[in-house]
Amino acid sequence: MNFWRLVSRGVDIGAGGLIPLVFFVMVASMTAFAIGPDAALLARVGAGSLWVAALLAALLPVGTLVAEDVADGTMDQLRVRGIAVETIMAARLIAHWLGFAPALLVAAVIGGAMLNADVPALVTGLALGTPALAGLGLVAAALVAGARGGPALAGLIVLPLALPVLIFGSAGELRLLAASSLVVTAFAPFAAAAALRQGDG
Amino acid sequence: MGDTLIRAENLACVRGGRLLFENLSLAVAAGEALRVTGPNGSGKSSLLRCLAGLLPPAAGRIEHPAKIAWLGHENALKPGRTLGQELGWWARMDGAQARFALGLETLGDVPVRMLSAGQKRRAALARVIASGADLWLLDEPGAGLDAANAKALSAAIGDHLAAGGGAIVVTHGETDVPGARELAL
Repeated sequence: MNFWRLVSRGVDIGAGGLIPLVFFVMVASMTAFAIGPDAALLARVGAGSLWVAALLAALLPVGTLVAEDVADGTMDQLRVRGIAVETIMAARLIAHWLGFAPALLVAAVIGGAMLNADVPALVTGLALGTPALAGLGLVAAALVAGARGGPALAGLIVLPLALPVLIFGSAGELRLLAASSLVVTAFAPFAAAAALRQGDG
Repeated sequence: MGDTLIRAENLACVRGGRLLFENLSLAVAAGEALRVTGPNGSGKSSLLRCLAGLLPPAAGRIEHPAKIAWLGHENALKPGRTLGQELGWWARMDGAQARFALGLETLGDVPVRMLSAGQKRRAALARVIASGADLWLLDEPGAGLDAANAKALSAAIGDHLAAGGGAIVVTHGETDVPGARELAL
């Protein structure tokens, strides 16, 4: 089916490979170095700093996530084939999530142990929250496609919007986290498509 | 006169607050081609984007019962993938067989970033040829092509028309469209 072709192409092209993973582990170990070997303190701040690291890892490819397809004509080619922009964005969202989240969940086991965090809770939280981070990243990527200073601007847009996810995630409020993640993920393709259509006129 | 592939009535196009054209009507039937010419900035590409449904016209309406194959200024090929992967993927999206037309047969394993500008253009044209679409909308298809390939492109358009297809080609004269009517903007 064409939708899954779009997803697998997105995964293939987005292949930052292990970059988000390595980035995530590096931020985690930086935190450990910066805070020092106080196990009690690390346990208190560990989960929170891993959430920030996850957010940054989700933001890494945002500058090119949508802008590239717009600039190189791929978006036009897909639209001419009658594929709705919303569908293209939904495929992009799934591909973006697949591109960083599964590897990050594995890395969270290592990072969590390193920072003395509650690993099962952390991994569950990240599994629930990363779709929202991917969704916010997608919307920002669509908003800044074609704008100058795209990647930096995308960061400015995503960081404040990611606040609820970050708060629920690091506080372990799994149900609120799941709810906000669901809402963000469901609306993201539509918001991203609307943002892209702004560029039509 | 065959079936109408596209019909546009009283089109107007505004870009950046500037009126590019208005009251423009056109129709292309099976077996027909239209060559769109005009100076830079006269709205040729905008007209083509309107016809493809990529740009909402400021006024007028467009009917295109036919399936469209699009060639824009950009080639929509990813530099990191091989030509074979790219043409194969687009052909599957079109439910068609990939065709390495225009002399690309030996380049299937080459990553797109290694191809020359003319080779990439030929690849984008090969995607149009393979698509099986009835109506070709081509924006300066001959950009970057050498003389032999420009001739092969004209022949491909001719074959497409003979097989009952239609084409609208924006060109500065570098592409010869056999038997085409001309629309000057």
